[in-house]
Amino acid sequence: MRAVATLSEPTPPEPRPTEPILQVRGLKLSIRTDEGLAAVLDHVDFALAGGHILGIVGESGCGKSTLVRAIVGILPARAMIEAGHIHFLGEDLLGLSEAELNGRVRGRAIGFVPQDPYLALNPVFKVGAQLLEIMRWHAPDRGRKNARRDHRMRLVELLRRVQLPDPEAALERYPHQFSGGQRQRLVIAAALACAPALVIADEPTTAVDVTTQQQILDLIRDLVEEFAFSMLFVTHDLGVVAQLCDDICVIYAGQTVESGPTRDVLAAPNHPYTRALLACHPERSDAFVGIPGVVPSPFRPPPGCRFAPRCTYALAVCPQRMPYLVGGPAGRKVDCVLAEIGAAA
Amino acid sequence: MLMLRKFARDVPAVIGLVIVLFALVVAIFGPWLAPYPGDIVASHLLQRLKPPSAAFPFGTDNLGRDMLSRVILGTRGALEVAVTVVVLAMAIGVPLGLVAGYRAGWLSETIMRVTDVFLALPQLILALALAQLLTPSLESAMLALALTYWPFFTRLVYAETRRLQASLFVDALRGIGASSGRILFAHILPNAISPVIVRATIGMGFTILVAAVLGFLGMGATPPAPDWGLTISESRNYLPSAWWYSTFPGLAILVTVLGFNLLGDGLRDFVDPRLRRSR
Repeated sequence: MRAVATLSEPTPPEPRPTEPILQVRGLKLSIRTDEGLAAVLDHVDFALAGGHILGIVGESGCGKSTLVRAIVGILPARAMIEAGHIHFLGEDLLGLSEAELNGRVRGRAIGFVPQDPYLALNPVFKVGAQLLEIMRWHAPDRGRKNARRDHRMRLVELLRRVQLPDPEAALERYPHQFSGGQRQRLVIAAALACAPALVIADEPTTAVDVTTQQQILDLIRDLVEEFAFSMLFVTHDLGVVAQLCDDICVIYAGQTVESGPTRDVLAAPNHPYTRALLACHPERSDAFVGIPGVVPSPFRPPPGCRFAPRCTYALAVCPQRMPYLVGGPAGRKVDCVLAEIGAAA
Repeated sequence: MLMLRKFARDVPAVIGLVIVLFALVVAIFGPWLAPYPGDIVASHLLQRLKPPSAAFPFGTDNLGRDMLSRVILGTRGALEVAVTVVVLAMAIGVPLGLVAGYRAGWLSETIMRVTDVFLALPQLILALALAQLLTPSLESAMLALALTYWPFFTRLVYAETRRLQASLFVDALRGIGASSGRILFAHILPNAISPVIVRATIGMGFTILVAAVLGFLGMGATPPAPDWGLTISESRNYLPSAWWYSTFPGLAILVTVLGFNLLGDGLRDFVDPRLRRSR
């Protein structure tokens, strides 16, 4: 892949200005339900720089998983994308047909790590058969002699690299014979099987315990360096983002509210929601703090900022119109009327 | 090994398996096992309607043919009908169930509503009506039975597919670039196959029974075939004096159907312990 070639050049220490490998712009997505149209995503906007790990953070139900599905193109039939673009390596994924997506994007250029490793593998087949199957579809060396043996060798190498004990024997075992952490490693190996330029992980560490989570995060960090891919890491856990991600993008009720380099955003959040979210973290405050109010319903949402009803700083204009995206130094962006005023001043 | 031992503890299932295996052996080696393999078409009018004896353990029929030979030779036909019908019904029903279960939409709705209509009518009545429309022969009986049995497979596979298509591994497969056909046939079908096998086993017994009914009513096999249902039909005129004429083919039907049902029940318990019958 072109992207891999450019990405695997020696990289200078951060910050490094790189072309975004994945860019989502003004994404608006609704799902038809029995109660009407649910505006699940509205004005989602972010960019993932090549070689970076971008953390998408948001509460449960804010549309994180739907966003991931929209990018991979596996939305439920009732979902429809009303506006926006998803640019991957300069190509709009929304304009590609199912066959094109299957043929050269999914698995091949974009690896996908689904949520729960306990359920992500087909229970009736041996692990080796499943992983080899994936490699065979996308085999870059199709038709070569010994392709099968090469695949097997590469797979064993990959499993060794994700620190799965005894990879040779693991190929002959069924998914239920592995622990949660081991299965997570298998699923990561499956995503990496065809050397993708981008890996999308949907809460990959929520189903495993804390010590395993730590190991998996370390492993991901190492793999990103070693295999030179970019990563979109979706989670509800700010701690994980702080630890793993170069950049952060905060989502509230289907709207991006703030994005930028993780360190800067967490040190000095610009958006009231990010501030409130950080204040909820036990390490950051002595008292138990929450955000008053509830997440708005996706049915008939107000035209403006969806956080406005719960926002301490909300102005009269906030619920009435969408804030403009305001860019700041070091690639920071914030979706807030207050920032508009600040930028104008 | 553990699984085999678990199955071996289920006495009715093992009895069923033995019966089915026995029926298979009889069906395959029938012409060599039967004492008078020529008695499919032969007639010996001097020995007609002889009661069971050492020479004719099951007696003889109205044309003096050995009943034991005819029961043995009829096994192959019965099993052929059962296998053909069930395989045909599966070939129709399973893909329809997969397609209907994978994606909600008008196609799925259409398939399932048609299935409901077929399921709402008693299978025997429907098969009789269809067989009546076609020219009476064994082939049309089989076709009629297959055309009435596929909805059971569709319902079953539909339910399994609906459950499995929402599972995460299907999402993972889609996300990694697997086509719908591959997901359906290479990944969902193997997960859904056990209840299909159970249903098919029970369906074999059921089909033998219904095929015998069609034969009895003259809509299946034609004379002089040693078909069990047809033989019972022919024996009616000689009841009650020639009791053996109808009893032995009837027993053959009873035992074979019982064998398939016991085996099917055992397999069901085996693949899904939650449905375990109480005993």
